[in-house]
Amino acid sequence: MSASAIVMLIVSIVVVWGGLALAILKLRGHPEVELPPESPEEHSI
Amino acid sequence: MSDQPRERWGSRAGFLLAAIGSAVGLGNIWRFPAEAYRNGGGAFMLPYLIALVTAGLPLLIMEYTIGRRYRGSAPASYLRLGRPAQFIGWWQVAICFVIATYYALILAWALRYVGFSVGQSWGDDAEGFLFGTFLQVGDTPGELGGYVGGVFWPLLAIWVTVLITLALGIRHGIETAAKIFIPLLIVFFVVLVVRALTLDGADLGLDALFTPDWDALTDGDVWVAAYGQIFFSLSVGFGIMITYASYLGRRSDLSGSALVAGFANSSFEILAGIGVFATLGFLAASSGGAVFETEGGLGLAFVAFPTIISEMPWGGFFGVLFFLSLVVAGWTSLISIMQVIVAAVQDRLRVNRVVSVAMVGTLVALVSLLLYPTNGGLYLLDAADRFINRYGIALASLISVIVVAWLLRKLPVLQRDADATSAVKLGRWWKLCLGIITPIVLGLMLIDSFAQEIDENYGDYPSSFLAWAGWGVAGGALLIGIVLSLIPWRRGAEVPPDADDEKRSA
Repeated sequence: MSASAIVMLIVSIVVVWGGLALAILKLRGHPEVELPPESPEEHSI
Repeated sequence: MSDQPRERWGSRAGFLLAAIGSAVGLGNIWRFPAEAYRNGGGAFMLPYLIALVTAGLPLLIMEYTIGRRYRGSAPASYLRLGRPAQFIGWWQVAICFVIATYYALILAWALRYVGFSVGQSWGDDAEGFLFGTFLQVGDTPGELGGYVGGVFWPLLAIWVTVLITLALGIRHGIETAAKIFIPLLIVFFVVLVVRALTLDGADLGLDALFTPDWDALTDGDVWVAAYGQIFFSLSVGFGIMITYASYLGRRSDLSGSALVAGFANSSFEILAGIGVFATLGFLAASSGGAVFETEGGLGLAFVAFPTIISEMPWGGFFGVLFFLSLVVAGWTSLISIMQVIVAAVQDRLRVNRVVSVAMVGTLVALVSLLLYPTNGGLYLLDAADRFINRYGIALASLISVIVVAWLLRKLPVLQRDADATSAVKLGRWWKLCLGIITPIVLGLMLIDSFAQEIDENYGDYPSSFLAWAGWGVAGGALLIGIVLSLIPWRRGAEVPPDADDEKRSA
């Protein structure tokens, strides 16, 4: 493989799989919060 | 009549796996590698990642937020968003109807090819076997001809399994299936990629895929292709993510979930690209030909891969894994496409899930089984797929973004809703992407696509055939969407299920 192809292969994997790993970590560190119920008029059209 | 509390995902992981299962489909395996190769190789990754961040993820977050906030199927959610938007939801239901009928057909082929791989039934002519022996494709587009039993029975099996899973419900059917099949798909694909990387010539394939052509970045078509790839592979624009998110609790994280689903989809695409091109490199090394000689799509999966399977050591095992991967990836996507229709009928007619699955399933499966396992089925699939993708999904997405961002001006409300429960807060970039970048890029994509249709008939098909199988199908979906939106809902349908209802179901 050419050096440029190897670099792009590594960059692609690091960015996309790294993004996935970071997103999972961020989500795991964020417990789901309880929301107060909304008033019905917020949904009226 | 059903007034049961709305169903709910059993866990966040269950929802995420189902959403990933929907996004990861056949297009990830056979479309991404071909698009990357044709549009700059390694350099394609730059516009691809920019497209993911500026269009794919913002659209995904928008659909998640609409679904969770308005807690309904696509038509019900759009109705609650604003009455004029309702037709978009019904349009998406009609689009899903069309896609489900032919998507199942491709799964049926892949299922048959699992068996064919064991004995490598295609011999030394994979193309002749596919179009002649197996599909028995007729000469004239538009003429259905006779039935092809070898396609009908696996298609029936696909439909039976899909409908049973849907009838079991969100938690026990869709979520359980996703928890089993997505990890299985990952294992299959890791094994496939490892095997592909150990083949002679794998480096040739990877070289072809990843060597950057930086000049391609100055070509507008490459950017349009990157946005198109992100757009079609993320399952946005079908109403799927609205429907799936409508079964989330009101405290669920939306933007974090969208980031996980979006990056997981792209991670799978990269993995598929590596596996596919390493395998194609083996073929190039053994035959002395070019690495990539097909158009991608069906030719790649059902002609190029069988040819490779015949030549490689342990080819039968490789073939079984490859086609099983196609079946699993496509099956979880088909489930999500069907759920859009099932949920819409449930909401509209207030029937329970089993009744809705029986009604919808019978109709969709009947159309699929009547039209596609025939001598003319491949032509119908080809035309319908091309036109419903471009003038159905893409156009519906463009209109939905314009309606939500500009006509109804709901982005600030949706942003507040998402930010209230999400780990990643949406800044101005989100509104900028949805209000400006996404409509411009989608508009350019459609103009470019329309110019191609004017220049020459797609696939060199006769105009009369494309008029009904292509334009007719895409236009019919829009017409049905408009007509269904004119039928009034029961009183109170504009208001989502209230919090008391939620507490009961929790």
